[in-house]
Amino acid sequence: MDLVLSEEQELLQQTAREFVAKRSSLKRIRALREGEDADGFSRELWREMARLGWTGIILPEEHGGLGLRYLDLMVVMEELGRGLMPEPMLSAVLLGANAILLGGTDAQRREHLPPVAAGEWLLALAWQETGSRYDPHHVATRAERAGSGWRLRGEKIQVLDGTAADRLVVSARTSGGVRDADGITLFVVRPDAPGVTVERQVRVDGRGAALVELADARVEPNAVLGEVDRGGALLARVLDRATIALGAEMLGSMSAAFDMTVDYLKTRIQFGVPIGSFQALKHRAARMFVELELARSAVMHAHRAVDEGRDDAAVARAASVAKARCSDAFLLIGNEAVQMHGGIGMTDEHDIGFFLKRARVAQLTLGDAAWHRDRMARLDGY
Amino acid sequence: MADLHTFRDETRRWLEANAPASMRTPPANPDQICWGGKRTRYPDDVRRWLAVMAERGWTAPTWPREYGGGGLAKGEAKVLAEEMAKLRLRLPLTGFGLAMIGPLLLQEGSEELKREHLPAIVRGEIRWCQGYSEPGSGSDLASLQTRAVRDGDVFVLNGQKVWTSHGDVSDWMFILVRTDFEAAKHSGITFLLMDMETPGVGVRPIKLISGSSPFCETFLSDVRVPVRNVVGRVNGGWLLAKALLGHERTMIADAFKERDDAKRLVALARRYLGEDGGRVADARARDRIAQLEMDQACLDLTLARARDGAKAGHKPGPESSIFKLYGTELNQRRRELMVEILGPQALGWEGPGFSEDELKLTRDWLRSRGNSIEGGTSEVQLNIIAKRVLGLPD
Repeated sequence: MDLVLSEEQELLQQTAREFVAKRSSLKRIRALREGEDADGFSRELWREMARLGWTGIILPEEHGGLGLRYLDLMVVMEELGRGLMPEPMLSAVLLGANAILLGGTDAQRREHLPPVAAGEWLLALAWQETGSRYDPHHVATRAERAGSGWRLRGEKIQVLDGTAADRLVVSARTSGGVRDADGITLFVVRPDAPGVTVERQVRVDGRGAALVELADARVEPNAVLGEVDRGGALLARVLDRATIALGAEMLGSMSAAFDMTVDYLKTRIQFGVPIGSFQALKHRAARMFVELELARSAVMHAHRAVDEGRDDAAVARAASVAKARCSDAFLLIGNEAVQMHGGIGMTDEHDIGFFLKRARVAQLTLGDAAWHRDRMARLDGY
Repeated sequence: MADLHTFRDETRRWLEANAPASMRTPPANPDQICWGGKRTRYPDDVRRWLAVMAERGWTAPTWPREYGGGGLAKGEAKVLAEEMAKLRLRLPLTGFGLAMIGPLLLQEGSEELKREHLPAIVRGEIRWCQGYSEPGSGSDLASLQTRAVRDGDVFVLNGQKVWTSHGDVSDWMFILVRTDFEAAKHSGITFLLMDMETPGVGVRPIKLISGSSPFCETFLSDVRVPVRNVVGRVNGGWLLAKALLGHERTMIADAFKERDDAKRLVALARRYLGEDGGRVADARARDRIAQLEMDQACLDLTLARARDGAKAGHKPGPESSIFKLYGTELNQRRRELMVEILGPQALGWEGPGFSEDELKLTRDWLRSRGNSIEGGTSEVQLNIIAKRVLGLPD
């Protein structure tokens, strides 16, 4: 598979770019931040995205999806990233639905995937805990057998779009110690079940996140996703795919921030000339461009690795290369974008700050660059 | 497709029958790489391999047969490369003739120049060097001052070139000279071919901070070069030179690809810094190794993406500056990390107490400092990206 977009993908890119330009704007993102809306995104826009097929883009046709490839997903994610769109692709599709798709029984898939693809049903993945940082196998939340079902106790943090979700996929320990890879089980949990509390968290980029408290929450036997004690590997596979898609979103966001900055360099006049004529700024802009190009290659390669059906280790490695690159590149571009905009870049009134905030959040989501370097070294045996 | 299958079978059989066994391993040292030319004596097996491949035109597989090339279609050339890779065969010939001046002559050369030079390049008879930089014209190459004054049907050259790679072992030079002293600096430059044995040509090697180098200075004193040796038109040399430079930038990045470098770094780190349960014990060195490996992967993927894009019909642009810029800086970072991993064992210049490998790593580090200067400095590459890709104003 070549590292170029096909004609169909270029068309999809065009459609997505026009959709984002017409239906979303940074003004809307700003209004969502100011609003009291608990979701932090627009349900109406989400349903429109469903009509375009994007919510089911990687879900199989038999479950109402388009059954397309990850390289197609990449095209859409990048455009959503360009517009900093907060609609829940990552949480509902890549984390939630993918957990069901990769680990669920046929009955579970039939129950959850078609309504997700239709834009009527939202899922969220509750895996992170205080102190777990980026390690999916650090799970202190306990699940104990209770009758024929289970009883969950613990707290999950920063669950993406957790307050909007119709179901939560929760990782809990069914055996072993807190940091063991074995002994983790995934459960599908109703947010309105007794003992479950979902509380909105406010993060720096304004997107939806939640604290989920499980105080002896009871779940039914059929709530288990995949095999008991074997959820660790499933969780890692889901997170790697989400990491790859997040890379595409970051690529779009950093491209937009970079384009805004280059435009500013061409139009902002100081000392009687456009500031983009100063070599001190030119060279830094050129270095940002290099970073962008390298990031694009890594992101495309990672999506291709999934499409080509590479094994888990190869996909994980490609995900790490992409996420490390995107984390560093987006943060560099976010920082430089504010610096080059000067004083106006520091004001809340200007949009460029939104990109810096998103850069920081995306960097520290699903593993920062240092974490991914460490993981790649482990995968490569050193 | 059926034809390609036949071609593949025939090619494999021919290669197996004709390639000396010793050519089925990577070159053990730079002396075993064949650059051709009259001034270097290569080992017998290297010469034999060159001779049989050149006979078929397969040193330049896609060049037309009438100029000695292989006349292969792109698909066939790809098959040949794949079959050579399968047998781990060395390239029979490398150098500026095949990579730079040959392709330029095919595009821009007169029929006379093509017939004179291309077959000789294919056979590896002539080794070429490049006469671009001058003492007063480094990054500002277009300011070059080597004078070429017309005298009947010859140009008389006076001036000095520097950084002539392998000038002391080359047979011909492609050289930029100033032929119009009144015109704007880019418009008075001519691209010439010059026999290094012409009276008045003097060559002196340059010693670098790393102790040695392939570079030379070339002195030109009343050197008479026939006017028919002009490539393109008189005063039209700058565009040709620039096109070749773009090509050189991608070549430089490719040249730094060393597949086993990650393993080599890890092995060095284990040996000099120790290991802890299979891991490189020094967490900081380990992190830097992983960083380098990721950066290399991203560069390789970007090169692959450019190639895939070219295949899909996208025109290659000034983006080649990325490869020159990033590839050379990556190599420098790798050399620095190696030296720091060696620690005090990296401090040797020669003599006892240091292994050959240690001494070489140190000199390689010193040599690598030139990577971001030669072939257009990093700063020049950044200028090119800023101006021609981003459209930032002057």
